[in-house]
Parts: sequence; C-alpha cells; structure tokens
Amino acid sequence: MAKIVSLAEAIGENVRDGDTVAMEGFTHLIPYAAGHEVIRQGRKDLFLVRMTPDILYDQLIGVGAARGMKFSWGGNPGVGSLHRFRDAVENQWPRPLEIEEHSHAAMANAYEAGAANLPFAMLRGYIGADLPKVNPNIKSVTCPFTSEVLAAVPAIRPDVTIIHAQRADRKGNVLIEGIVGVQKEAVLAARRSIVTVEEIVDELAPPSPNSVVLPTWAVTAISHVPGGAFPSYAHGYYPRSNAFYIGWDDIARDRESFTAWIKENVLDARPEDFARHAGKAPAKAA
Amino acid sequence: MTDFTPTEMMTIAASRELSNDDVCFVGIGAPSAACNVARLTHAPDITLIYESGTVGTRPDVLPLSIGDGELCDTALFTVSVPEMFRYWLQGGRITTGFLGGAQIDKFANLNTTVVGSYDHPKVRLPGGGGAPEIASNCGRIFITMALSKRGFVEKLPFITSMGHGEGGDHRERLGMKTKGPTRVITDLCILEPDAVSKELTVVSIHDGVTREQIVDNCGWPIKFADQVIATPVPTEIELTTLRDINARTKKAHQGDREAA
Repeated sequence: MAKIVSLAEAIGENVRDGDTVAMEGFTHLIPYAAGHEVIRQGRKDLFLVRMTPDILYDQLIGVGAARGMKFSWGGNPGVGSLHRFRDAVENQWPRPLEIEEHSHAAMANAYEAGAANLPFAMLRGYIGADLPKVNPNIKSVTCPFTSEVLAAVPAIRPDVTIIHAQRADRKGNVLIEGIVGVQKEAVLAARRSIVTVEEIVDELAPPSPNSVVLPTWAVTAISHVPGGAFPSYAHGYYPRSNAFYIGWDDIARDRESFTAWIKENVLDARPEDFARHAGKAPAKAA
Repeated sequence: MTDFTPTEMMTIAASRELSNDDVCFVGIGAPSAACNVARLTHAPDITLIYESGTVGTRPDVLPLSIGDGELCDTALFTVSVPEMFRYWLQGGRITTGFLGGAQIDKFANLNTTVVGSYDHPKVRLPGGGGAPEIASNCGRIFITMALSKRGFVEKLPFITSMGHGEGGDHRERLGMKTKGPTRVITDLCILEPDAVSKELTVVSIHDGVTREQIVDNCGWPIKFADQVIATPVPTEIELTTLRDINARTKKAHQGDREAA
C-alpha cells in the first residue's frame, strides 16, 4: 500500500545515491518539485532515465547529481539546446556524463518490457540509423517464425520511478489524465515509485472505466505537492508555462546564472513554494 | 500575393503537399506550422498526430512542444506513448511523416544528433526522438528545412534517421517497404529524389529565386531536373492563415511571463 508522506520523506526513503532513477512525463506532468527535492537532499551519482530529458534533467545534470543518462531526445522543446546537458557532454562540466542514447520507439518499448517483467524489448527500429554503432545496448534478434531481424534493447528497470499526477484518494490510488506518456509503464517497471499529486481527495471518481489508474498496491509513496509539475503542466489544473521554457534558455546558457538560479529557486526553496503555480481550470463547456 | 518572406513561402509550399486523406505524424517547428496551415486551408479533414500520443488534433495555436495541452484538448483521442509508437506508427497506420532536421545530405538522410564525433562532439544536438522509426515506418516522408551550406552537407557526421541511405535501392535492400523521403521543401526551392539514383534534385523554384542562389546555398553540387517549374506564389488565404496562426501562437507563448 502506498504511504502518503511529505515530499522530503518520500525522496529521503526511496531515492539513494547511485540509483537508476526515472522521472517521467512526456512534456506533461513532469515531476519538477520532486526533482528539486532530490537536488536539495544532495543525492549523487544517479543514473537518470527519461525519454525527453528537458529542463528538470538539465538542472540535475548542472548541479552534478548525475553520473549518466539514458534518453532519446535531450532538448528544450521548441526552444533549442539544453545548455547544462551540452556543457556536460562537450566540456565534462561539472562532471563527465555517461550517455546511453536510444530512439523514442525503443525507450517506449523498453519501459513496456520492464512493466511486463520481460528482459528486453524488440521493435522494427533503427534501420539504417547510426545509433546502433555507438550504443552497444542496441542489438538484434531474429524472429523464430519469419526470420525477420528486429532491433532489441534491454528492458528499463529503474530502482525508483518518480511521476506527478492529478490526484490520489486517501488510500493512495492514483489517477492520471491527458497526455499520459509512459508514466504507467515507468511506475510498473520500477522497484519503488513516488507519485506527487495536485490533490488528495476522498473519492478518486475516475471519469471513465478505462481511465489510467495506478492502484495503491502498485505505488510506494505519495506526496501532496500542488503545482509540483510547474513549469510543465497538469491537465485540468494549470497550463504549461511556455514563457518559462523560453526564459530557461538564458538562465542555463551561463554557468554562473544557472548556479544562482538553482540556489534561489531550489536550494533555498521548499516544496510548498510550488503551490503558487497551482490552480484548477474550470470544467470545459462540452 | 507578392509580399512574403522565404520562410513563409517554405511553410506554404510544404502545406500544399498534404491532403484530406493524409494521416500525418507531425514534427515540431516548421513541419507543425505547415501541417496546421494545410488543415486550416485546403485539407480540413487531415488527421494530425503528434508523438505525445494526441491523434486527430486541431490546435488553435501552434504548440511549442510536442505535448502542449492544446494538442490534447483538441484531439479526437490521446493514447500512451508506447501505444503511439507500437500500434499506430509501427503498425503502419501513418501515411505521411513530416520531419525537419539540423543537417541533411543529398540522399535525404538526416542528422539531429551531433556535429563532430559522437564521443567528443563539437556540438551536442538533442538527438533523434521519434525520427528513426518515423523515417522507416511512415508511408512516405516530407522534410522541410531552410537551404543553407551548414544544413545541406556533402557528408553527415551522424545519420540520425535514414532517408535513401547510399542512394539507389538501399531502402529495399534493408527490407523497408515504405517510400522514404519523397519531397524536401526549402525556403528557396523544392527537391525530389531522382527516380533511380535517389539523389535530391531541384524540381520547383520559388518566386524571385535564381539557380545561382540555390547552388550557392547547398553544400554539394546540386542538380536540377530537366523540367523545373516555378512554385506558385502564396495565395492571400494561405498567407493570411499562416500569419494569423503565427500571431496567435506568439501571443499565447509569451502571455505567461511569470517566473520566467
């Protein structure tokens, strides 16, 4: 059963130095508040996994919390580069970063394989592409029925997956809506999981029998952190701050301005500070 | 209309490639603008799909990222990312993929991974994202990017997604049954792979552009087809639609200055 605890407790108990950590969210529901708590608690030597490492992983890389990263697209969407990620890869600042690079299709399949408790995933992928030449974890298998050669990648099995969701009930059942990304697969593939939520409610009241629900017995810890996905967004609560994503380019371009931003907005801040971004959108007219 | 920029011409020329029957996997940036201009002009029933899982989306403003809330709010339905890549893309349901890139070679292979060597890159780019499998699994591929010596290069440092590989029947030899890149729409001209060699060849030149300009802005000795046509200039409706959606988008993306 999921424990409903403070964010500091959830991270303190479940994220350890050296862990393989997936903080997922495909543009939507990115667990910023939780990632900042990981930075505040000084976790180090993490191996980060995420399909679309964006600003949050730029921050974790920039403070030197990561020894490596497995990913499929590392940019600031619609804006440009992740400057801290680039500085780590191009100049080894603040430390070298080992990278394992895949395509989206391979990462999505690898999470699904992890959730399905399989050792690897296969796909019709990487044909004619150069990634298999530089990533020894991209191999191939031959179909025993048709002899077609398919790409194979190891399943993703994080020590801990961290996601943000709209709400949980008091028993710890979690509802996710909107662009659901790979969050369900990432949680089910992991040994431990932490979910931060906008709201904790008496009745989960999933809007459809087919809603994406993670039952309390599949989640390790839940923390109530309203606004915790800012500057990404929580469908039905608050929109993505595209202005912040655009503004990040200047902040992260320079080591000093990045470090000052981290001190003011992460090290000297608290999870409750995210609440100022929280809101609940009025129900849409049908 | 005669008063338009090369970028506007590129986006509008790209939009004309799409029809109502297309089920189109949309890349972010220039492809997204072109696909939505098509939807708002001559192809109102086109199905636009973004890799975040939104299917049949009809955004009022262009998304900054592939997962903006606008895409989900206006979609017919939204699926998980594994379902998107497995059932819809790998399943062969997508007729057209629309890609951009940092660099392209004469066989329409794309690089969005690194400039320089992979282990010690001069410039680390974001990487491939969905492109490697979009390029192989969509029925055909359109590419749109501005023509420049930096972008159109003789040899790519890294092939992120395969176009026509080494040319000729390379795709067939690797077992691919899809067509690969069939049109490359730039700000100066439109290119098509030669029927046999698959080398990109100029087939249409935009209004006011000279052959010399095209040659000067391409990193390899570019060839022209025997029959080169003039790209029709943008109509008033096309241009107004593009400028309106760009204005709405700019306003929406900069509207929220909080904490930025």
